[in-house]
Amino acid sequence: MDHRPQAWGRPRDDVYGAYDASYLQTNGPKTATQSPIVTGTSVIAIKFKDGVVMAADNLASYGSLARFTDVKRLRPFLSTSIVGFGGDVSDMQFLDRHLNELAIDEAYEHESTATTDTDSPSKTGQLNAANLHKYLSKLMYRRRSDFDPLWNQVLVAGFDAHAKPFLASVDLRGTTFTSPSLATGFGAMLAQPIMRRFAATEEDAAALTREQAVDVVKECMKVLFYRDARSLDRYSIAVVTKDGVELSEDEQLEKQSWAFAERIRGYGTQVV
Amino acid sequence: MTSIGTGYDLANSIFSPDGRNFQVEYAVKAVENGGTSIGIRCKDGVVLAVEKLVTSKLLKPSANKRIATVDRHLGVVYSGMIPDGRHFIDRARDEARAWRDTFKTPISTADLASRMGGYMQAYTLYQSVRPFGITAIVGGFDSTAEATVDGEVGAGPSCGAGGKVAGKTHGGPFLYMIEPSGLYWGYYGAATGKGRQAAKAELEKLDLGGPAGGPALTLEEAVKEAARIIYVAHDDDKEFELEMTWISGLDGPTKGLHQEVPKALREEAERLAKKAQEGKMEE
Repeated sequence: MDHRPQAWGRPRDDVYGAYDASYLQTNGPKTATQSPIVTGTSVIAIKFKDGVVMAADNLASYGSLARFTDVKRLRPFLSTSIVGFGGDVSDMQFLDRHLNELAIDEAYEHESTATTDTDSPSKTGQLNAANLHKYLSKLMYRRRSDFDPLWNQVLVAGFDAHAKPFLASVDLRGTTFTSPSLATGFGAMLAQPIMRRFAATEEDAAALTREQAVDVVKECMKVLFYRDARSLDRYSIAVVTKDGVELSEDEQLEKQSWAFAERIRGYGTQVV
Repeated sequence: MTSIGTGYDLANSIFSPDGRNFQVEYAVKAVENGGTSIGIRCKDGVVLAVEKLVTSKLLKPSANKRIATVDRHLGVVYSGMIPDGRHFIDRARDEARAWRDTFKTPISTADLASRMGGYMQAYTLYQSVRPFGITAIVGGFDSTAEATVDGEVGAGPSCGAGGKVAGKTHGGPFLYMIEPSGLYWGYYGAATGKGRQAAKAELEKLDLGGPAGGPALTLEEAVKEAARIIYVAHDDDKEFELEMTWISGLDGPTKGLHQEVPKALREEAERLAKKAQEGKMEE
Protein backbone atom coordinates (compact mmCIF):
# COMPACT_ATOMS: atom_id res chain seq x y z
CA MET A 1 0.00 0.00 0.00
CA ASP A 2 1.27 3.40 -0.95
CA HIS A 3 0.79 5.79 1.92
CA ARG A 4 2.21 8.93 0.31
CA PRO A 5 -0.35 11.74 0.31
CA GLN A 6 -0.01 12.29 -3.46
CA ALA A 7 -1.24 8.73 -3.98
CA TRP A 8 -4.37 9.12 -1.84
CA GLY A 9 -7.56 8.39 -3.69
CA ARG A 10 -5.77 7.34 -6.87
CA PRO A 11 -5.97 3.97 -8.57
CA ARG A 12 -3.09 1.81 -7.39
CA ASP A 13 -0.28 1.54 -9.91
CA ASP A 14 0.41 -2.09 -8.94
CA VAL A 15 -3.19 -3.00 -9.80
CA TYR A 16 -4.11 -0.67 -12.64
CA GLY A 17 -0.71 0.29 -14.05
CA ALA A 18 0.78 3.75 -14.12
CA TYR A 19 -1.62 6.56 -15.00
CA ASP A 20 -1.07 8.02 -18.46
CA ALA A 21 -0.43 11.64 -17.54
CA SER A 22 -0.79 12.76 -21.15
CA TYR A 23 -4.55 12.76 -20.57
CA LEU A 24 -4.04 15.63 -18.13
CA GLN A 25 -2.45 17.89 -20.73
CA THR A 26 -3.83 21.37 -20.48
CA ASN A 27 -2.08 22.84 -23.50
CA GLY A 28 -4.33 21.35 -26.18
CA PRO A 29 -6.19 23.42 -28.77
CA LYS A 30 -8.83 25.86 -27.53
CA THR A 31 -12.29 24.44 -28.06
CA ALA A 32 -15.61 26.20 -28.24
CA THR A 33 -19.17 25.28 -29.15
CA GLN A 34 -19.00 23.25 -32.34
CA SER A 35 -22.72 22.68 -32.65
CA PRO A 36 -25.86 23.42 -30.67
CA ILE A 37 -27.17 20.76 -28.25
CA VAL A 38 -30.65 21.57 -26.99
CA THR A 39 -32.36 23.66 -29.62
CA GLY A 40 -35.48 25.65 -30.31
CA THR A 41 -36.88 25.81 -33.80
CA SER A 42 -38.43 28.71 -35.74
CA VAL A 43 -39.34 32.14 -34.44
CA ILE A 44 -41.65 34.17 -36.65
CA ALA A 45 -42.69 37.81 -36.52
CA ILE A 46 -44.64 40.29 -38.60
CA LYS A 47 -45.13 44.03 -38.32
CA PHE A 48 -48.55 45.62 -38.38
CA LYS A 49 -50.04 49.11 -38.20
CA ASP A 50 -49.14 49.85 -34.58
CA GLY A 51 -46.63 47.22 -33.59
CA VAL A 52 -45.21 43.77 -34.13
CA VAL A 53 -46.50 40.25 -33.49
CA MET A 54 -44.00 37.49 -32.70
CA ALA A 55 -44.46 33.78 -32.02
CA ALA A 56 -42.38 30.70 -31.25
CA ASP A 57 -43.39 27.25 -30.09
CA ASN A 58 -42.60 25.99 -26.58
CA LEU A 59 -40.35 23.11 -27.57
CA ALA A 60 -36.67 22.54 -26.88
CA SER A 61 -35.39 19.53 -28.86
CA TYR A 62 -32.42 17.36 -27.98
CA GLY A 63 -31.50 16.33 -31.48
CA SER A 64 -34.72 14.82 -32.78
CA LEU A 65 -36.03 14.11 -29.26
CA ALA A 66 -38.79 16.48 -28.12
CA ARG A 67 -37.03 16.96 -24.79
CA PHE A 68 -38.61 20.00 -23.07
CA THR A 69 -42.15 21.04 -23.89
CA ASP A 70 -42.70 24.18 -21.82
CA VAL A 71 -39.78 26.32 -22.90
CA LYS A 72 -40.37 30.05 -23.14
CA ARG A 73 -38.40 31.38 -26.07
CA LEU A 74 -39.91 34.86 -26.26
CA ARG A 75 -38.31 37.20 -23.74
CA PRO A 76 -39.57 40.71 -22.99
CA PHE A 77 -36.97 43.44 -22.50
CA LEU A 78 -37.77 46.51 -20.35
CA SER A 79 -41.45 45.78 -21.20
CA THR A 80 -40.96 47.72 -24.43
CA SER A 81 -39.33 45.14 -26.68
CA ILE A 82 -39.48 41.41 -27.24
CA VAL A 83 -36.61 39.12 -28.16
CA GLY A 84 -37.32 35.74 -29.77
CA PHE A 85 -34.63 33.06 -29.70
CA GLY A 86 -34.08 30.20 -32.13
CA GLY A 87 -31.15 27.81 -31.79
CA ASP A 88 -29.26 26.71 -28.70
CA VAL A 89 -31.27 27.00 -25.48
CA SER A 90 -28.32 27.33 -23.08
CA ASP A 91 -26.95 30.19 -25.18
CA MET A 92 -30.42 31.71 -25.02
CA GLN A 93 -30.31 31.47 -21.23
CA PHE A 94 -26.92 33.15 -21.21
CA LEU A 95 -28.25 35.95 -23.38
CA ASP A 96 -31.40 36.22 -21.29
CA ARG A 97 -29.40 36.66 -18.09
CA HIS A 98 -27.14 39.14 -19.82
CA LEU A 99 -30.10 41.18 -21.06
CA ASN A 100 -31.65 41.06 -17.59
CA GLU A 101 -28.48 42.57 -16.17
CA LEU A 102 -28.48 45.15 -18.95
CA ALA A 103 -32.11 46.05 -18.21
CA ILE A 104 -31.38 46.55 -14.50
CA ASP A 105 -28.42 48.80 -15.31
CA GLU A 106 -30.54 50.71 -17.81
CA ALA A 107 -33.11 51.38 -15.11
CA TYR A 108 -30.35 52.83 -12.86
CA GLU A 109 -29.20 55.16 -15.63
CA HIS A 110 -32.61 56.52 -16.39
CA GLU A 111 -34.37 56.55 -13.07
CA SER A 112 -33.91 60.29 -12.72
CA THR A 113 -35.88 60.92 -15.92
CA ALA A 114 -38.26 58.01 -15.55
CA THR A 115 -41.39 59.26 -13.90
CA THR A 116 -44.11 56.87 -12.89
CA ASP A 117 -46.68 59.50 -13.79
CA THR A 118 -46.50 58.86 -17.51
CA ASP A 119 -47.42 55.32 -18.26
CA SER A 120 -45.71 55.42 -21.63
CA PRO A 121 -43.49 52.33 -21.85
CA SER A 122 -40.89 54.04 -24.02
CA LYS A 123 -39.24 56.33 -21.53
CA THR A 124 -36.96 58.87 -23.08
CA GLY A 125 -33.40 57.70 -23.33
CA GLN A 126 -34.12 54.06 -22.54
CA LEU A 127 -32.85 51.38 -24.86
CA ASN A 128 -35.41 50.83 -27.60
CA ALA A 129 -35.67 47.76 -29.81
CA ALA A 130 -33.40 49.25 -32.49
CA ASN A 131 -30.70 49.95 -29.88
CA LEU A 132 -31.13 46.49 -28.42
CA HIS A 133 -30.78 44.89 -31.84
CA LYS A 134 -27.63 46.87 -32.53
CA TYR A 135 -26.22 45.78 -29.17
CA LEU A 136 -27.05 42.12 -29.78
CA SER A 137 -25.57 42.23 -33.28
CA LYS A 138 -22.27 43.59 -31.90
CA LEU A 139 -22.29 40.93 -29.19
CA MET A 140 -22.98 38.09 -31.65
CA TYR A 141 -20.36 39.33 -34.11
CA ARG A 142 -17.79 39.65 -31.35
CA ARG A 143 -18.46 36.11 -30.22
CA ARG A 144 -18.22 34.66 -33.72
CA SER A 145 -14.94 36.58 -34.19
CA ASP A 146 -13.65 34.88 -31.04
CA PHE A 147 -14.57 31.56 -32.70
CA ASP A 148 -17.02 31.02 -29.85
CA PRO A 149 -20.38 31.93 -31.32
CA LEU A 150 -23.64 32.05 -29.42
CA TRP A 151 -25.60 29.52 -31.44
CA ASN A 152 -28.79 31.47 -31.89
CA GLN A 153 -30.77 33.29 -34.45
CA VAL A 154 -32.58 36.10 -32.72
CA LEU A 155 -35.52 38.30 -33.70
CA VAL A 156 -35.90 41.65 -31.97
CA ALA A 157 -39.25 43.45 -32.10
CA GLY A 158 -40.39 46.75 -30.66
CA PHE A 159 -40.06 50.37 -31.68
CA ASP A 160 -37.23 52.46 -33.08
CA ALA A 161 -36.21 56.00 -32.13
CA HIS A 162 -38.94 57.45 -34.35
CA ALA A 163 -41.57 55.34 -32.57
CA LYS A 164 -42.09 53.25 -35.74
CA PRO A 165 -42.58 49.48 -35.38
CA PHE A 166 -39.19 47.78 -35.55
CA LEU A 167 -38.30 44.21 -36.46
CA ALA A 168 -34.83 42.85 -37.19
CA SER A 169 -32.81 39.68 -36.89
CA VAL A 170 -29.27 38.76 -35.95
CA ASP A 171 -27.73 35.31 -36.22
CA LEU A 172 -24.76 33.45 -34.77
CA ARG A 173 -22.42 35.05 -37.33
CA GLY A 174 -23.55 38.55 -36.48
CA THR A 175 -25.42 38.89 -39.76
CA THR A 176 -28.28 41.34 -39.44
CA PHE A 177 -31.22 42.18 -41.60
CA THR A 178 -34.65 43.63 -41.34
CA SER A 179 -37.93 43.17 -43.17
CA PRO A 180 -41.68 43.70 -42.57
CA SER A 181 -41.84 40.00 -41.68
CA LEU A 182 -39.05 37.74 -40.46
CA ALA A 183 -38.66 34.09 -39.60
CA THR A 184 -35.75 31.99 -38.35
CA GLY A 185 -34.88 28.37 -39.05
CA PHE A 186 -37.49 26.31 -40.88
CA GLY A 187 -39.84 29.26 -40.64
CA ALA A 188 -37.69 31.11 -43.17
CA MET A 189 -38.75 28.48 -45.73
CA LEU A 190 -42.27 27.67 -44.58
CA ALA A 191 -43.69 30.75 -42.85
CA GLN A 192 -41.96 33.63 -44.61
CA PRO A 193 -43.75 33.06 -48.00
CA ILE A 194 -47.12 33.08 -46.22
CA MET A 195 -46.31 36.24 -44.25
CA ARG A 196 -45.03 37.95 -47.41
CA ARG A 197 -48.45 37.46 -48.99
CA PHE A 198 -49.77 39.86 -46.34
CA ALA A 199 -46.78 42.12 -45.74
CA ALA A 200 -44.45 42.15 -48.73
CA THR A 201 -43.56 45.79 -48.18
CA GLU A 202 -43.52 48.26 -45.30
CA GLU A 203 -46.64 49.88 -46.81
CA ASP A 204 -48.48 46.55 -46.76
CA ALA A 205 -47.44 45.97 -43.16
CA ALA A 206 -48.60 49.46 -42.20
CA ALA A 207 -52.06 48.58 -43.54
CA LEU A 208 -52.39 45.40 -41.46
CA THR A 209 -54.53 45.48 -38.34
CA ARG A 210 -53.50 43.77 -35.16
CA GLU A 211 -56.12 41.04 -35.62
CA GLN A 212 -54.95 40.34 -39.17
CA ALA A 213 -51.33 40.12 -38.07
CA VAL A 214 -52.17 37.77 -35.20
CA ASP A 215 -54.23 35.58 -37.56
CA VAL A 216 -51.36 35.37 -40.08
CA VAL A 217 -48.91 34.41 -37.35
CA LYS A 218 -51.25 31.77 -35.95
CA GLU A 219 -51.75 30.34 -39.44
CA CYS A 220 -47.97 30.21 -39.91
CA MET A 221 -47.51 28.42 -36.58
CA LYS A 222 -50.00 25.83 -37.77
CA VAL A 223 -48.18 25.31 -41.08
CA LEU A 224 -44.91 25.00 -39.16
CA PHE A 225 -46.41 22.37 -36.87
CA TYR A 226 -47.67 20.43 -39.91
CA ARG A 227 -44.36 20.40 -41.72
CA ASP A 228 -41.54 20.92 -39.18
CA ALA A 229 -40.78 17.69 -37.31
CA ARG A 230 -39.01 19.64 -34.51
CA SER A 231 -42.07 21.70 -33.60
CA LEU A 232 -44.90 21.63 -31.10
CA ASP A 233 -48.58 22.59 -31.04
CA ARG A 234 -48.14 24.70 -27.89
CA TYR A 235 -46.61 28.08 -28.49
CA SER A 236 -46.01 31.58 -27.16
CA ILE A 237 -47.24 34.69 -28.89
CA ALA A 238 -46.31 38.28 -28.10
CA VAL A 239 -47.78 41.52 -29.36
CA VAL A 240 -45.67 44.67 -28.93
CA THR A 241 -47.48 47.96 -29.15
CA LYS A 242 -46.88 51.40 -27.71
CA ASP A 243 -48.75 50.22 -24.62
CA GLY A 244 -46.12 47.59 -23.94
CA VAL A 245 -45.67 43.87 -24.46
CA GLU A 246 -48.55 41.43 -24.21
CA LEU A 247 -47.06 37.97 -23.91
CA SER A 248 -49.07 34.78 -23.78
CA GLU A 249 -46.92 31.74 -23.14
CA ASP A 250 -49.34 28.83 -23.29
CA GLU A 251 -51.29 28.94 -26.55
CA GLN A 252 -52.65 25.86 -28.23
CA LEU A 253 -52.86 25.50 -32.03
CA GLU A 254 -56.51 25.55 -32.99
CA LYS A 255 -58.48 24.14 -35.93
CA GLN A 256 -55.83 21.74 -37.12
CA SER A 257 -56.71 19.67 -40.13
CA TRP A 258 -54.50 16.72 -40.94
CA ALA A 259 -56.57 15.73 -44.02
CA PHE A 260 -53.64 16.63 -46.26
CA ALA A 261 -51.56 13.96 -44.52
CA GLU A 262 -53.72 11.24 -46.04
CA ARG A 263 -52.38 12.10 -49.46
CA ILE A 264 -48.73 11.97 -48.48
CA ARG A 265 -47.14 8.72 -49.53
CA GLY A 266 -43.69 7.25 -49.14
CA TYR A 267 -42.97 7.85 -45.45
CA GLY A 268 -43.10 5.67 -42.37
CA THR A 269 -45.26 2.58 -42.45
CA GLN A 270 -47.33 3.61 -45.44
CA VAL A 271 -47.03 1.57 -48.58
CA VAL A 272 -46.85 3.60 -51.76
CA MET B 1 -15.92 66.49 24.05
CA THR B 2 -13.34 65.68 26.65
CA SER B 3 -11.64 63.22 24.38
CA ILE B 4 -10.48 65.84 21.91
CA GLY B 5 -6.74 66.32 22.08
CA THR B 6 -6.10 63.01 23.76
CA GLY B 7 -4.94 61.54 20.46
CA TYR B 8 -7.43 58.70 20.42
CA ASP B 9 -9.64 60.45 17.90
CA LEU B 10 -7.05 60.74 15.15
CA ALA B 11 -7.57 57.44 13.40
CA ASN B 12 -9.65 54.37 13.03
CA SER B 13 -8.17 51.20 14.41
CA ILE B 14 -7.26 52.83 17.71
CA PHE B 15 -9.64 52.49 20.60
CA SER B 16 -9.73 55.06 23.36
CA PRO B 17 -8.97 53.59 26.80
CA ASP B 18 -12.68 53.56 27.61
CA GLY B 19 -13.41 51.47 24.52
CA ARG B 20 -14.69 53.96 21.98
CA ASN B 21 -13.83 54.55 18.35
CA PHE B 22 -14.01 58.32 18.07
CA GLN B 23 -13.78 58.39 14.28
CA VAL B 24 -17.02 56.45 14.11
CA GLU B 25 -18.64 58.84 16.56
CA TYR B 26 -17.55 61.81 14.46
CA ALA B 27 -19.06 60.10 11.40
CA VAL B 28 -22.36 59.91 13.30
CA LYS B 29 -22.06 63.69 13.79
CA ALA B 30 -21.82 64.11 10.00
CA VAL B 31 -25.06 62.15 9.66
CA GLU B 32 -26.79 64.28 12.27
CA ASN B 33 -26.30 67.36 10.09
CA GLY B 34 -27.89 65.81 7.00
CA GLY B 35 -31.50 66.15 5.84
CA THR B 36 -33.93 63.79 7.58
CA SER B 37 -34.54 60.39 5.97
CA ILE B 38 -37.22 57.99 7.08
CA GLY B 39 -38.45 54.54 6.15
CA ILE B 40 -41.79 52.97 7.04
CA ARG B 41 -42.46 49.26 6.78
CA CYS B 42 -46.17 48.62 6.58
CA LYS B 43 -48.52 45.74 5.87
CA ASP B 44 -48.11 45.65 2.11
CA GLY B 45 -44.89 47.47 1.36
CA VAL B 46 -42.22 49.96 2.31
CA VAL B 47 -42.12 53.75 1.94
CA LEU B 48 -38.88 55.74 1.90
CA ALA B 49 -38.83 59.52 2.19
CA VAL B 50 -36.17 62.16 2.46
CA GLU B 51 -36.13 65.86 3.25
CA LYS B 52 -33.91 67.09 0.45
CA LEU B 53 -32.47 70.42 1.52
CA VAL B 54 -32.23 72.85 -1.38
CA THR B 55 -28.77 74.39 -1.06
CA SER B 56 -29.11 76.76 -3.99
CA LYS B 57 -31.85 78.30 -6.08
CA LEU B 58 -29.74 77.48 -9.12
CA LEU B 59 -30.40 73.76 -8.71
CA LYS B 60 -33.04 72.28 -10.98
CA PRO B 61 -36.14 71.29 -8.99
CA SER B 62 -36.66 67.52 -8.63
CA ALA B 63 -33.29 66.76 -10.24
CA ASN B 64 -30.45 65.12 -8.29
CA LYS B 65 -32.50 62.33 -6.79
CA ARG B 66 -31.49 61.20 -3.32
CA ILE B 67 -33.27 57.85 -3.17
CA ALA B 68 -31.74 55.18 -5.38
CA THR B 69 -32.90 51.83 -6.70
CA VAL B 70 -30.79 48.73 -6.17
CA ASP B 71 -31.67 45.78 -8.41
CA ARG B 72 -35.41 46.21 -9.01
CA HIS B 73 -37.01 45.60 -5.66
CA LEU B 74 -34.79 47.54 -3.24
CA GLY B 75 -34.52 51.19 -2.39
CA VAL B 76 -31.81 53.04 -0.48
CA VAL B 77 -32.06 56.44 1.17
CA TYR B 78 -29.43 57.99 3.38
CA SER B 79 -28.62 61.04 5.48
CA GLY B 80 -25.18 62.54 5.75
CA MET B 81 -22.43 63.05 3.23
CA ILE B 82 -23.93 62.69 -0.23
CA PRO B 83 -20.77 61.45 -2.01
CA ASP B 84 -20.42 58.73 0.64
CA GLY B 85 -24.03 57.78 -0.02
CA ARG B 86 -23.43 57.64 -3.77
CA HIS B 87 -20.55 55.26 -3.21
CA PHE B 88 -22.64 53.19 -0.82
CA ILE B 89 -25.27 52.81 -3.56
CA ASP B 90 -22.65 51.89 -6.18
CA ARG B 91 -21.44 49.18 -3.86
CA ALA B 92 -24.96 47.98 -3.07
CA ARG B 93 -25.65 47.65 -6.81
CA ASP B 94 -22.44 45.68 -7.27
CA GLU B 95 -23.45 43.37 -4.42
CA ALA B 96 -26.91 42.86 -5.92
CA ARG B 97 -25.41 42.03 -9.31
CA ALA B 98 -22.83 39.67 -7.81
CA TRP B 99 -25.62 37.92 -5.94
CA ARG B 100 -27.54 37.42 -9.17
CA ASP B 101 -24.40 36.15 -10.92
CA THR B 102 -23.92 33.56 -8.21
CA PHE B 103 -27.42 32.52 -7.22
CA LYS B 104 -29.43 33.48 -10.37
CA THR B 105 -32.05 35.12 -8.19
CA PRO B 106 -32.59 38.59 -6.72
CA ILE B 107 -30.85 39.41 -3.44
CA SER B 108 -33.10 39.57 -0.40
CA THR B 109 -33.32 42.76 1.64
CA ALA B 110 -31.77 41.04 4.67
CA ASP B 111 -28.84 39.76 2.62
CA LEU B 112 -28.18 43.15 1.08
CA ALA B 113 -28.33 44.78 4.53
CA SER B 114 -25.88 42.17 5.80
CA ARG B 115 -23.45 42.66 2.93
CA MET B 116 -23.59 46.45 3.21
CA GLY B 117 -23.34 46.32 7.00
CA GLY B 118 -20.17 44.31 6.59
CA TYR B 119 -18.86 46.78 4.05
CA MET B 120 -19.47 49.80 6.30
CA GLN B 121 -17.90 48.00 9.25
CA ALA B 122 -14.72 47.35 7.27
CA TYR B 123 -14.30 51.14 7.07
CA THR B 124 -13.96 51.32 10.86
CA LEU B 125 -11.01 48.96 11.02
CA TYR B 126 -8.09 50.55 9.21
CA GLN B 127 -5.76 53.52 9.58
CA SER B 128 -5.99 54.20 5.88
CA VAL B 129 -9.71 54.84 5.67
CA ARG B 130 -12.42 56.83 7.40
CA PRO B 131 -15.88 55.58 8.24
CA PHE B 132 -18.86 56.39 6.00
CA GLY B 133 -20.44 59.69 6.90
CA ILE B 134 -23.92 58.32 6.30
CA THR B 135 -26.66 56.31 7.89
CA ALA B 136 -28.49 54.40 5.20
CA ILE B 137 -32.03 53.06 5.25
CA VAL B 138 -32.54 50.06 3.01
CA GLY B 139 -36.09 49.05 2.13
CA GLY B 140 -37.21 46.19 -0.05
CA PHE B 141 -39.96 43.78 -0.90
CA ASP B 142 -38.77 40.19 -1.25
CA SER B 143 -41.05 38.41 -3.69
CA THR B 144 -43.69 36.22 -2.08
CA ALA B 145 -44.17 34.36 -5.36
CA GLU B 146 -42.61 31.03 -6.24
CA ALA B 147 -38.94 31.98 -6.64
CA THR B 148 -37.88 32.12 -10.26
CA VAL B 149 -34.37 31.53 -11.47
CA ASP B 150 -32.82 34.04 -13.88
CA GLY B 151 -32.74 32.60 -17.38
CA GLU B 152 -35.01 29.69 -16.53
CA VAL B 153 -36.97 28.55 -19.55
CA GLY B 154 -39.61 26.14 -18.30
CA ALA B 155 -42.35 26.33 -15.70
CA GLY B 156 -41.25 23.14 -13.96
CA PRO B 157 -43.75 20.77 -12.36
CA SER B 158 -47.21 22.29 -11.97
CA CYS B 159 -47.14 21.72 -8.18
CA GLY B 160 -44.14 24.08 -7.94
CA ALA B 161 -40.96 23.47 -5.99
CA GLY B 162 -40.98 20.74 -3.35
CA GLY B 163 -39.95 20.84 0.29
CA LYS B 164 -42.66 23.30 1.27
CA VAL B 165 -44.41 23.56 4.60
CA ALA B 166 -48.14 24.06 4.22
CA GLY B 167 -49.30 27.53 5.13
CA LYS B 168 -45.75 28.88 5.38
CA THR B 169 -45.18 32.03 3.41
CA HIS B 170 -41.94 33.73 2.55
CA GLY B 171 -40.84 37.16 1.39
CA GLY B 172 -42.61 40.40 2.22
CA PRO B 173 -41.63 43.97 3.08
CA PHE B 174 -38.39 44.60 4.97
CA LEU B 175 -36.63 47.63 6.32
CA TYR B 176 -33.09 47.97 7.65
CA MET B 177 -30.99 50.87 8.84
CA ILE B 178 -27.19 50.76 8.63
CA GLU B 179 -25.09 53.11 10.75
CA PRO B 180 -21.49 54.32 10.23
CA SER B 181 -20.23 51.72 12.70
CA GLY B 182 -21.61 48.99 10.43
CA LEU B 183 -24.38 48.28 12.89
CA TYR B 184 -27.58 47.30 11.13
CA TRP B 185 -30.94 46.36 12.54
CA GLY B 186 -34.31 45.63 11.05
CA TYR B 187 -36.99 48.19 11.88
CA TYR B 188 -40.71 48.77 11.64
CA GLY B 189 -39.97 52.44 11.14
CA ALA B 190 -36.56 54.07 10.83
CA ALA B 191 -35.41 57.68 10.91
CA THR B 192 -32.04 59.37 10.64
CA GLY B 193 -30.58 62.79 9.95
CA LYS B 194 -31.21 66.14 11.51
CA GLY B 195 -34.87 65.65 12.40
CA ARG B 196 -34.58 62.05 13.57
CA GLN B 197 -35.76 62.69 17.12
CA ALA B 198 -39.03 64.31 16.05
CA ALA B 199 -39.45 61.75 13.29
CA LYS B 200 -38.89 58.81 15.63
CA ALA B 201 -41.42 60.23 18.07
CA GLU B 202 -43.97 60.39 15.23
CA LEU B 203 -43.07 56.92 13.94
CA GLU B 204 -43.64 55.44 17.38
CA LYS B 205 -47.21 56.73 17.32
CA LEU B 206 -48.01 54.85 14.09
CA ASP B 207 -49.58 51.44 13.99
CA LEU B 208 -46.87 49.52 12.18
CA GLY B 209 -47.97 46.09 13.36
CA GLY B 210 -44.95 45.99 15.65
CA PRO B 211 -44.20 43.36 18.30
CA ALA B 212 -47.74 43.82 19.66
CA GLY B 213 -49.11 42.77 16.27
CA GLY B 214 -52.42 44.20 15.17
CA PRO B 215 -53.47 45.68 11.84
CA ALA B 216 -50.68 47.67 10.29
CA LEU B 217 -50.85 50.78 8.16
CA THR B 218 -51.58 50.34 4.45
CA LEU B 219 -49.07 51.54 1.87
CA GLU B 220 -51.09 54.61 0.87
CA GLU B 221 -51.59 55.64 4.48
CA ALA B 222 -47.88 55.16 5.04
CA VAL B 223 -47.08 57.49 2.13
CA LYS B 224 -49.22 60.20 3.74
CA GLU B 225 -47.70 59.59 7.16
CA ALA B 226 -44.19 59.70 5.68
CA ALA B 227 -44.88 63.07 4.07
CA ARG B 228 -46.35 64.38 7.32
CA ILE B 229 -43.41 63.16 9.38
CA ILE B 230 -40.88 64.79 7.05
CA TYR B 231 -42.82 68.07 7.37
CA VAL B 232 -42.97 67.71 11.18
CA ALA B 233 -39.25 66.96 11.40
CA HIS B 234 -38.36 69.85 9.11
CA ASP B 235 -36.67 72.91 10.50
CA ASP B 236 -38.92 75.72 9.17
CA ASP B 237 -36.52 78.34 7.89
CA LYS B 238 -34.94 76.25 5.14
CA GLU B 239 -36.19 75.36 1.66
CA PHE B 240 -36.62 71.66 0.98
CA GLU B 241 -38.05 69.17 -1.44
CA LEU B 242 -39.85 66.02 -0.38
CA GLU B 243 -38.70 62.92 -2.21
CA MET B 244 -40.63 59.70 -1.70
CA THR B 245 -40.45 56.21 -3.12
CA TRP B 246 -42.38 53.04 -2.39
CA ILE B 247 -42.22 49.30 -2.91
CA SER B 248 -45.25 47.04 -2.87
CA GLY B 249 -45.75 43.34 -3.47
CA LEU B 250 -46.58 41.90 -6.88
CA ASP B 251 -50.28 42.57 -6.30
CA GLY B 252 -49.72 46.17 -5.19
CA PRO B 253 -49.32 49.44 -7.08
CA THR B 254 -45.61 48.99 -7.93
CA LYS B 255 -45.78 45.27 -8.73
CA GLY B 256 -42.77 44.42 -6.59
CA LEU B 257 -40.60 47.23 -7.99
CA HIS B 258 -39.00 50.15 -6.18
CA GLN B 259 -40.48 53.27 -7.73
CA GLU B 260 -41.04 56.93 -7.14
CA VAL B 261 -44.40 57.69 -5.54
CA PRO B 262 -46.64 59.00 -8.37
CA LYS B 263 -46.75 62.78 -8.55
CA ALA B 264 -50.49 63.02 -7.87
CA LEU B 265 -50.26 60.94 -4.69
CA ARG B 266 -47.16 62.77 -3.49
CA GLU B 267 -48.78 66.17 -3.98
CA GLU B 268 -51.89 64.99 -2.15
CA ALA B 269 -49.72 63.72 0.71
CA GLU B 270 -47.85 67.04 0.83
CA ARG B 271 -51.10 68.97 0.86
CA LEU B 272 -52.34 66.94 3.83
CA ALA B 273 -48.96 67.32 5.55
CA LYS B 274 -49.05 71.10 5.17
CA LYS B 275 -52.63 71.18 6.44
CA ALA B 276 -51.67 69.16 9.52
CA GLN B 277 -48.76 71.55 10.11
CA GLU B 278 -51.04 74.60 9.92
CA GLY B 279 -53.50 72.92 12.29
CA LYS B 280 -50.72 72.53 14.80
CA MET B 281 -49.62 76.15 14.46
CA GLU B 282 -53.09 77.39 15.38
CA GLU B 283 -53.31 75.25 18.51
